[in-house]
Amino acid sequence: MLVIENLHAEIDGKPILKGLSLSVNAGEVHAIMGPNGAGKSTLGYVLGGRPGYEVTDGSVTFAGQDLLELAPHERAAAGLFLGFQYPVEIPGVSNVQFLREALNAQRASREEKALSGAEFLKLAREEARKLDMDAEMLKRPVNVGFSGGEKKRNEMVQMGIVNPKFAILDETDSGLDIDALRIVGDGINRIMRAPEKAVLLITHYQRLLDYVQPDFVHVLADGRITRSGGAELAHQLEREGYAEIAA
Amino acid sequence: MATKNAEAYAAVSKKYEWGFATDIEQDFAPKGLSEDTVRYISAKKNEPEWMLDWRLKAFRLWLTMEAPDWSKLNIPPIDYQDAYYYAEPKAKATIASLDELDPEIRRTYEKLGIPIEEQKLLANVEGAEPPRRVAVDAVFDSVSVATTFRAELERAGVIFRSISEAIREYPDLVRKWLGKVVPQRDNYFATLNSAVFSDGTFVYIPEGVRCPMELSTYFRINAENTGQFERTLIVADKGSYVSYLEGCTAPMRDENQLHAAVVELVALDDAEIKYSTVQNWYPGDENGVGGIYNFVTKRALCQGRNSKVSWTQVETGSAITWKYPSCVLAGDNSVGEFYSVAVTNNRQQADTGTKMIHLGKNTKSTIVSKGISAGRSDNTYRGLVRVAPTAEGVRNFTQCDSLLLGDQCGAHTVPYIEVRNPSAQIEHEATTSKISEDQLFYAMSRGLDQEAAVALIVNGFAREVLQQLPMEFAVEAQKLLGISLEGSVG
Repeated sequence: MLVIENLHAEIDGKPILKGLSLSVNAGEVHAIMGPNGAGKSTLGYVLGGRPGYEVTDGSVTFAGQDLLELAPHERAAAGLFLGFQYPVEIPGVSNVQFLREALNAQRASREEKALSGAEFLKLAREEARKLDMDAEMLKRPVNVGFSGGEKKRNEMVQMGIVNPKFAILDETDSGLDIDALRIVGDGINRIMRAPEKAVLLITHYQRLLDYVQPDFVHVLADGRITRSGGAELAHQLEREGYAEIAA
Repeated sequence: MATKNAEAYAAVSKKYEWGFATDIEQDFAPKGLSEDTVRYISAKKNEPEWMLDWRLKAFRLWLTMEAPDWSKLNIPPIDYQDAYYYAEPKAKATIASLDELDPEIRRTYEKLGIPIEEQKLLANVEGAEPPRRVAVDAVFDSVSVATTFRAELERAGVIFRSISEAIREYPDLVRKWLGKVVPQRDNYFATLNSAVFSDGTFVYIPEGVRCPMELSTYFRINAENTGQFERTLIVADKGSYVSYLEGCTAPMRDENQLHAAVVELVALDDAEIKYSTVQNWYPGDENGVGGIYNFVTKRALCQGRNSKVSWTQVETGSAITWKYPSCVLAGDNSVGEFYSVAVTNNRQQADTGTKMIHLGKNTKSTIVSKGISAGRSDNTYRGLVRVAPTAEGVRNFTQCDSLLLGDQCGAHTVPYIEVRNPSAQIEHEATTSKISEDQLFYAMSRGLDQEAAVALIVNGFAREVLQQLPMEFAVEAQKLLGISLEGSVG
């Protein structure tokens, strides 16, 4: 589904990713773990298409397309979802308005019919309920005045609404208490655990992986995957730290 | 990657879809400005003697005046002799009969989406049910070509006429108020308008009447080398209410055209006027060629106790905007409001704001200004809050926010606060921010293209103002903000 080959990327001329290769098949959940500064968030942003992240070498193929040729909104329409580590505030724009416009833009580019206000509201309320988010929050401006945990939960509501094929979730577990972690973990499983979908979980910690069982765990250090394994690798990392294993 | 994105973000050229010209025969006044021009206009309008005298007095005064130069605007010299001051469509319909309207003009309004036939309502927007009816006065260059819903309004006692008709049909009412809020000598452009104003709208809402529908005037400049000088006068008698809207567009032309309007509002005891503007004159091209010079004097007199006037403006058009819709809060407990969104892109310049003059006791004013600058444009908020010594218990709240798109534009905030009564409570808040890469990328990663993402963020920024507009116009205004900023980020 997603094939990354020898990816090199830099910011302001500073190399961050230095030959990263990774292959994710439909039906799989991959976890990327690694120390601070290893390039985990950069990987997410490069896959999302953030301006300022320059790919200097390598390739990324998503569902048979050259992902790097696509603008961020085209990647979204192709079925890619990037869950942000720090979800952004958009004052004056309600969650409902934001998501409805975004979803309908995606649908339009896939030549699907736009959802009416009523249809959309029904879908959004349903997703909010499943993620135990107060439906009132849908009316509030996007992420404005949300707590860290609420922002993350809101990302999951967004993911549920756009229903992507492939989700890259950048530290979705940070800022969550134990109850919220379980709700978010359940949400990821519910929305994304399907034979035709796949997930790339970027995380520091093992704890989210207790809820979302990865099929593969990779260690990202100094811009490359230095080690790959099954779910047990995450436990080993938790016990022994990155210094030993990443080297 | 960055280059690939830059390509994907390729800026589209700014669209001005109202920029077509209508090909019809028109009668013009002889080119240039003189007493003869003033007499020509007055004669064309079949005006009574007093009106001509009033105009001539203004013209003679204007000859002694100089254009104001205190704004931040860079205004090229204007040759007042190199323009026409009056243009009317040749096959002029008698205003009472819409059927006789020149089909080309009718088509023009259809293309602009202006409902000049009563059975046609404004395009219904989702959620706005039932559709509200809006009466329209359509002003084409120097004349009003249609005024709708007259009969129904008359049954309610509401007078809704072009100002030319009102001068003939309701001379006493017009004479009583014309020039009382904006005196002839008020400023250079208002004085010029007083001499050569050609058409506009007159509204009178009788005591205790709530106007049964929205009233609106749609101004269209069509002729080349022609200035438009409209004059609007709205009088809300005791305990009445009216909501009035104005919109404006012009063809794309390489030369600059002058639009110098005067709007006077009068609110008597317990009366309320809500005045909304969506200003979309042709702004010129991306290099600053062409566009309308929009030099407008708008002022409301809250004469009565407990009266209220609320100005809402969405300013996206014009090469240069010089405009300060103001409130003179004379009646005790009267309220003035000013909600403004001003967008400048490319080489546009705007110097706009308000004056809140507190004369009465316990008068209140609210000012919310949202300036959005893009391209190489310059956008200034200029506002005065004045509290007279006699005005006890005054309150004012002012909020001025500026949003910058790109790094070649300017945003300026120039507040003047003059308080001569110690009981006044004045608050002023101001912010300046740039549209953030984070916001843009976040919105795009959810599926919005660059233009849609910018439009969404800008509309969020302007929300407090947009929500003051009647719903149908809020939807239009939202689209307009997006269109005005197309190509501004990339």
